[in-house]
Amino acid sequence: MLTLTGLSKRYDTGDLALSDITLEVPAGQVMALIGPSGAGKSTLIRCVNRLVEPSAGSVVLDGLDITKVRGGKLRQARRQIGMIFQNYALVERLSVMENVLSGRLAYVGFWRSFFRQFPSPDIKQALNLLERVGLETMFDKRGDALSGGQKQRVGIARALMQNPKLLLVDEPTASLDPKTSRQIMRLICELCREQQLAAVINIHDVVLAQQFVDRVVGLRAGRLVFDGPPSALTPETLTDIYGEEDWSVPENEGENDSENTNAAVPLDLAKPIGQGGHP
Amino acid sequence: MPLIKRGDEPVWKKREPLKQYAHWAGWMLGGMLFVWCWALISENTIWEFLYDADEQAASLIGRMIPPDWSITGSLMRPLWDTINIATVGTALGILIAFPLAFLAARNTSPHPALRAFALAVIVSSRSINALIWAMLLVTIVGPGIFAGMLAIALRSIGFVGKLLYEAIEEIHPTPVEALSATGAGRTQVLAYAVWPQIMPAFAGISVYRWDINIREATTLGLVGAGGIGLQMNAAINNLAWAQVATVFVLIFATVVASEWVSAKVRHAVL
Repeated sequence: MLTLTGLSKRYDTGDLALSDITLEVPAGQVMALIGPSGAGKSTLIRCVNRLVEPSAGSVVLDGLDITKVRGGKLRQARRQIGMIFQNYALVERLSVMENVLSGRLAYVGFWRSFFRQFPSPDIKQALNLLERVGLETMFDKRGDALSGGQKQRVGIARALMQNPKLLLVDEPTASLDPKTSRQIMRLICELCREQQLAAVINIHDVVLAQQFVDRVVGLRAGRLVFDGPPSALTPETLTDIYGEEDWSVPENEGENDSENTNAAVPLDLAKPIGQGGHP
Repeated sequence: MPLIKRGDEPVWKKREPLKQYAHWAGWMLGGMLFVWCWALISENTIWEFLYDADEQAASLIGRMIPPDWSITGSLMRPLWDTINIATVGTALGILIAFPLAFLAARNTSPHPALRAFALAVIVSSRSINALIWAMLLVTIVGPGIFAGMLAIALRSIGFVGKLLYEAIEEIHPTPVEALSATGAGRTQVLAYAVWPQIMPAFAGISVYRWDINIREATTLGLVGAGGIGLQMNAAINNLAWAQVATVFVLIFATVVASEWVSAKVRHAVL
């Protein structure tokens, strides 16, 4: 459904952020994009909806080469692609409802949106989505009155208001606490499965990603260095992606006070955190 | 920045020694300039006039007190004109400054040529004082309120335009990015992502300029552009200091009232 071919990006500063990326994401697949800071993850997803102009290569979504369109055609392509941001990117002085409805902007005319005259199916959809993300009572609150997790839920609802085919998710949990991070990741992945959406999720937390996604792609210095199921990630592949590091974790940290808890064992990457406490 | 070893002790200084001396020399030159200016001003002052300055001031204030309240009624109409000059002039200025600000802001300008044009308009409006605009306009459109309103509007374009385009350049870019990513059109992004972020600044700038314009409008009468300044000028020329005092009191009351309105507006939008 989404096909990247030979995608490259060289910034004006001369930095090569992406180098010849070829990648296919089928409909309904949730894919995590991992890699160190500066590896080109953000650049890659921004090349898909052309917030960043790719230097070479093509991005084909359902047969349409997005790199070839402009103006109204580009906006039509963009409305099929929802995007979720690390810092939520809400308009903080607008209400929750206005933020969610702004996902419909590409479907309504300027004056209708200016006077907040959205069609009633849109209102219904917004209320349903707010209920789905657990914010049905908050629709009248202002964006800046919400907590981080709530803002991200509004961000998710806004993206889904577009009725997208594809979700681009940029570090959705990097500003959230561990519990909220898991809830947000679970919510995004559940929604993708319910609606048969493909998703590309940039994420730093490898363990969190492994729990929820179907596929992991690793980037290093703008090149694709890993592509496989979450279970295929080993300390060796992590070293390929991130560089040399001791990828083990202390066993049973904090669980009991016995003297031998300093022994390090390799991180069991396939096992969800919280269930692996009894070796 | 420089880390020097003095014996075994590391010594850290903010500047390299040479830069430090240059720094001191700069302060020294500044001090010398100040003393030189002081001497120059002193030489060119006729100190004899200053010896009885306190008596002169006391005498002037004595002639102003008590103010001549009998003319208050006849000042109401010019005062009303002054407020109208300020208010309509500000509104007109904002109307023109608003689109200019979006053309001038780096992040919303559609084309560099339009940006240069908008900046040129803003700078030329700012570089000319309202009183001078009024003098020019009195010659062009004739004396009266209309010239005053245009003068206030022309001066306000630059002020509002500059502060507003700076506010636009300081917005958070991520909401703009997010709404562009939904496929929203340019104007929709402006209305949904930019406008909510600059709205408080816009309201603050507008009432602040209105506040300044009330004060500026009181002087426009001096060059014949309408308002209470004309009466003040006449009173000063007649050495009717008690009447001048009445004008001062009325201006003071108006400015206090406008301060109060501005504070209310700013409080309401934040």
